[in-house]
Amino acid sequence: MGLRVLAVDDETDFIETLVKRFTYRQIPVTAASNGPDALALLDREPFDVVILDMRMPGMDGLTVLQEIKKRHPLVEVIILTGHASVEAGMQGMSLGAYDYVLKPVDFGELLEKANKAYERKTLHESQRPS
Amino acid sequence: MIQDEFSRLRLKLVAITLAFSFIPLLSLGLGLYTRFYDTYTDKIYDNLRNLVDNKKVTLDLFLSERVAQLSNLALTESYQDLSGDAYLERIFGVLQLHSKSFLDLQVIDQNGICVSYVGPYQLRGIDYSREDWFRTVMAKGIHVSDVFLGFRKYPHFNIAISRREGEKTWVLRAAIDSDIFDSLVRVIHLGKSGDAFLLNAQHVLQTKPRFGHDMFDTVPFPDVPRFSGTRVEEMTVGGQVSLYAMTWLNLKDWLLVIKDDPAEEMMPLYRARWLLIVLLSGGSLLIIAGAVVIANGTVRQLIRAEREKAGLDASLTQSSKMAALGKLAAGVAHEVNNPLAIIMEKAGWMRDLLSEEDIKASPNFQEFADAVNKIEFHVRRAKDVTHRLLGFARRMEPTQENLDVNLLLEQTRSFLENEANFRGITFVRNYQSDLPHIESDTSQLQQVFLNILDNAIDAIDKNGSITITTSAVPDAGEVEIAITDTGKGIPREALEKIFDPFFTTKKVGEGTGLGLTISYSIIEKLGGHINVHSQEGQGTTFHITLPIGG
Repeated sequence: MGLRVLAVDDETDFIETLVKRFTYRQIPVTAASNGPDALALLDREPFDVVILDMRMPGMDGLTVLQEIKKRHPLVEVIILTGHASVEAGMQGMSLGAYDYVLKPVDFGELLEKANKAYERKTLHESQRPS
Repeated sequence: MIQDEFSRLRLKLVAITLAFSFIPLLSLGLGLYTRFYDTYTDKIYDNLRNLVDNKKVTLDLFLSERVAQLSNLALTESYQDLSGDAYLERIFGVLQLHSKSFLDLQVIDQNGICVSYVGPYQLRGIDYSREDWFRTVMAKGIHVSDVFLGFRKYPHFNIAISRREGEKTWVLRAAIDSDIFDSLVRVIHLGKSGDAFLLNAQHVLQTKPRFGHDMFDTVPFPDVPRFSGTRVEEMTVGGQVSLYAMTWLNLKDWLLVIKDDPAEEMMPLYRARWLLIVLLSGGSLLIIAGAVVIANGTVRQLIRAEREKAGLDASLTQSSKMAALGKLAAGVAHEVNNPLAIIMEKAGWMRDLLSEEDIKASPNFQEFADAVNKIEFHVRRAKDVTHRLLGFARRMEPTQENLDVNLLLEQTRSFLENEANFRGITFVRNYQSDLPHIESDTSQLQQVFLNILDNAIDAIDKNGSITITTSAVPDAGEVEIAITDTGKGIPREALEKIFDPFFTTKKVGEGTGLGLTISYSIIEKLGGHINVHSQEGQGTTFHITLPIGG
């Protein structure tokens, strides 16, 4: 089993390209364009890392993050924000996100963070009493 | 515009102060003067009136005494006795015992013939029957003549008394020396130009006045009908205005006149008037000076307050502008970041695809690779701008640490030392050695100092100096940092925009125009102030004040 990514952003052009680039590197990735879709997908399929945009219509990123952490505590979340606000990032981190990345994103950086998040998730899973 | 308003206000203040000072001052001065004038002129008039009254009493007394002496004589002695020269001479001797003013004495019979005479002339036998005075005395019993020279060539006058004795009426007549009038009126002491004289009803002088006329001259004097009591009037006689006090004698139609020069009499009054004028002008000058000083002071104070207010307004405007721009910048940057993110990903995807073998074989492969590189490079440039903008907008709580401003400036300066040396720029360090440490944020302050020093180096370009001065303002609880360069200065129209975002004088791509904007917001957040003074061609000085207490 390798890293499985769920990318959530309402910018379809952005998410499509992101999906293509993950796929190009043979990393399974699924796209969701809003919070409820993302949550529904998480309920149905297993994911390791969620790349979550903060600013979305309907349900905003922070709410989605809280919901994910409630339902799937082991899933790691990387916050994606166009707001270079440390505040939002810190808030996200305090709610259990793994890290945050500022838009525009350097794909290499994002990939590295996704991998590290996956490592941490596997670490957590191994420590978890089954 | 404002200047006009202040001039108007100054005038208004001066006018009001003057009005409220002058009206009481003038009314007091004029009121007192009028009162003094009235009292003083009353006193002068009263003096003259008293003088003329006293003299009148004396003159009347003299005349009535002579008349009484003659009447007594006429009543007590008989015509029989008096018509003999020897007896008349004896009587005359008695008369002269009491009064030397009797010059002669004669007895005249019913027909006007002088029957006996005592005196220096031979008048016996002279016929007076045709004389007016004889007819008057026969009819009225008494006659007092005007003063005349007569045979004697010596001023005198006559008193004649008639007495009826049985069937006959006879007349006792005496010549009286009129010198007594002269001496009586002459003793009236009247200053330099005052005068006193007796006038008969035909305006013929009966005494010798001090000035202008001789005895018996007819003087141009207005007709004064007989009145009782005393009059004091200002009259113009012979083109000369004088004060005249007048009274008619009781026994004779003679007008006693005392003339006085009003100018002389009023001298103390004029002096008082001069004093008043001097005091009023002095007071007025003082008041005017005071009013001007007060108005100027008030207006200066107002202008200072206005300036301070304008300065405060300007800094408030700048702060609110910053806040509004911060929000705008954050919004724009955020919105721009999404498209940038897409461009970045698309370019990245293209780069991924470019690693495919068949594309590498394409003759245009290098062109594509270059294009992707350039797109990525410029997206990063744009990202740099948006992230700086967001950094400016970000409300991050500054950390508080105890820091030495001198040390921080020195560290920051050393970053730029090589660059400065290379361009021939020297640093002049004017640090206050015992500068108190302040509570502030090291890294943010460093960013500000770096920005300003960097700008100073750019402004000088080559060869010059940058002076860094620090000083404590203990009263305000602040430290002050001044950074002065010898560069080209900032044009006046640019001066008020230098803290505005994206305002830059540098070439496209060399500066974002955010350095000073961020510096401004950092200093404001740290509780300090930053401002700039610059004159084109003479360099620029940035003043930064920071609170010591943080």
